[in-house]
Amino acid sequence: MDPLFSHGITLAVVLIVLLKTVITFALVLVSVLFMVWYERKVISYMQNRVGPNRAGPYGLGQSLADGIKLFFKEGFVPDQADRPVYRIAPYLAMVPAFLAFSIVPIGGTVTIAHNVTRLQLVDPPWGILFLLMVSSVAVYGVMLAGWSSGSKYPLLGGVRASAQMVSYEAAMGLSTAAVVLVTGALSTSAMVASQHGSFLIRWNAIRLGFVPFVIFLIASTAEIERPPFDLLEAEQELVGGFNTEYSSIGFALFYLASFMNTVTTSAILVTLFFGGPDGPRIAGHSVGPFWFLVKIFFFLFGYVWLRATLPRFRYDQLMDLGWKRLIPLSLGWLLVLAGMRVNWRYGFAVFGGGLVAAALLYRALAVGRRTAEVETLREGTRT
Amino acid sequence: MGYLDGFKVTGRIITEPKVTTEYPDEKRPKPERFHGRHVLNRYEDGMEKCIGCELCAGVCPARCIYVRGADNPPDAPVSPGERYGFVYEINFLRCIHCDMCVEACPTEAITESKLFEFSFTNREDSIYTRDELLVGDDGKPQQLPWEDWRPGDDRNTSGWVRATAPSGAAGYEGRPLWSGELGYGVRPPQRGQSDPASADETAPTDLSVWEMEAGEIEGAGIRRVGRSGARGSGTDRSGPPPASPETRPEGSHD
Repeated sequence: MDPLFSHGITLAVVLIVLLKTVITFALVLVSVLFMVWYERKVISYMQNRVGPNRAGPYGLGQSLADGIKLFFKEGFVPDQADRPVYRIAPYLAMVPAFLAFSIVPIGGTVTIAHNVTRLQLVDPPWGILFLLMVSSVAVYGVMLAGWSSGSKYPLLGGVRASAQMVSYEAAMGLSTAAVVLVTGALSTSAMVASQHGSFLIRWNAIRLGFVPFVIFLIASTAEIERPPFDLLEAEQELVGGFNTEYSSIGFALFYLASFMNTVTTSAILVTLFFGGPDGPRIAGHSVGPFWFLVKIFFFLFGYVWLRATLPRFRYDQLMDLGWKRLIPLSLGWLLVLAGMRVNWRYGFAVFGGGLVAAALLYRALAVGRRTAEVETLREGTRT
Repeated sequence: MGYLDGFKVTGRIITEPKVTTEYPDEKRPKPERFHGRHVLNRYEDGMEKCIGCELCAGVCPARCIYVRGADNPPDAPVSPGERYGFVYEINFLRCIHCDMCVEACPTEAITESKLFEFSFTNREDSIYTRDELLVGDDGKPQQLPWEDWRPGDDRNTSGWVRATAPSGAAGYEGRPLWSGELGYGVRPPQRGQSDPASADETAPTDLSVWEMEAGEIEGAGIRRVGRSGARGSGTDRSGPPPASPETRPEGSHD
């Protein structure tokens, strides 16, 4: 719990909470504006062009200009649309992205007027469950937008979004469970505290053997529908996907939400696997927020790099990766980690047993597939 | 590492120099025969070349030219012929700059400058009349307030540049077959195909390109682009064009 509430709730406490809320809101919005610019700039450089560079220095004002333009455009509502749902869907997509950021610790504690408080909007004891909940709710915005548009392509996009979310939620939850298992806490600040100490060695990415981190990275990329998992807005197949029928503010909010999700997911990745604000002191000062920003920046670059490099998955590949690879792998790795908690011998026994079981399973599948093929061939010759 | 090779590619390209020309700040030199905004030329004595024959209007595929000829007033003739272009209008919202009017014109009256950066805020302004299309008293196109003329845009806008393609018939090489014009007189022919310098296909044949690359035209933000590497190897070709004595327009209009 936040030490802010340890002496009862006074006016100062309420004001501090309000201040923190406003600051978090502003921080997320500014980081989204930055992210839009940053993504466009980096991806341009990866494609041998210069990207936005006219609005402000280095084109930094571009995302603001685009936002203002979008907000002043005319908003259409299609005739076939379910109006209330159609109007509320963009907000349903955006609010969870905001909420998810509220549990992220971006530093240690600060003292405002004799009140000690964490650099974190809320610190519930069930913090990471809140993240899982909110990231599941986020898909409602997309799904309802697709459904309420009264148009076929957005509907397909919405269906894809929900199927994709369901598929990857499990892998994401299981890799989060690995973190919970090792750190022994659900609260994000406790997770960060348990990774604190010697730089890098105690970070969960290392402590958990890297696999849960990779699984979480892939699953969260799919969860926030970023390339290469952006099947719900596959232009070649679905026009614009779920937001085809949206214009003006609705479209701007979806756009905002998608970039906000990217920033939030980077922050969650940093919190869960890279020690959050943990880092060496600079000139004797603890500079948690600085390290936090550096790490987020690193992951944002990674997301853009993924987008610039990888082609979009096919839908069956997406489902295969989610169900047949990530879920078994994260489940197995969770078993190995649980074994390691008991004793390293147990851990390696589980690891070896898992390898043997996987090999046997693979063999059985291959034999089964071949038998099926032979059967089909026989069928073919008989007729 | 087959799966990760793609990351190496994008990671490498991010450090490479970019090919983008930052257009409003930097401009590439325009080709010598660039098709831009039209001009109506005049003879050396100031007479208009247009005789109001309407061939340009007839050949125009976009139907953007409107010409009405009229008999020359005997006391103050506008053109040396019997008739002159009394009304001459081009709608630049329709014009596709195909240059067929230039080819059709029997008197080299209409040609095209290199200007393409001009805009209007209503449709009526897009119709240029004879007053705006005619060259000024110095023989150069009028630079109207709403047009963004850059150095070099008014170069070689006359019939001369249409008549002296470097790949013309060899028998006509070096023979001027074009009329004189205001401010320039009869311009000497351009370098022909028998000139050994023409054999170098990588070298720009355009005078304006040479001049811009050599930095001879003073102008804001014109950047050297393109073939500097390919040209730099030739020792005989450092600097202004070798054929400049012939091709450089005479007179002090620079």
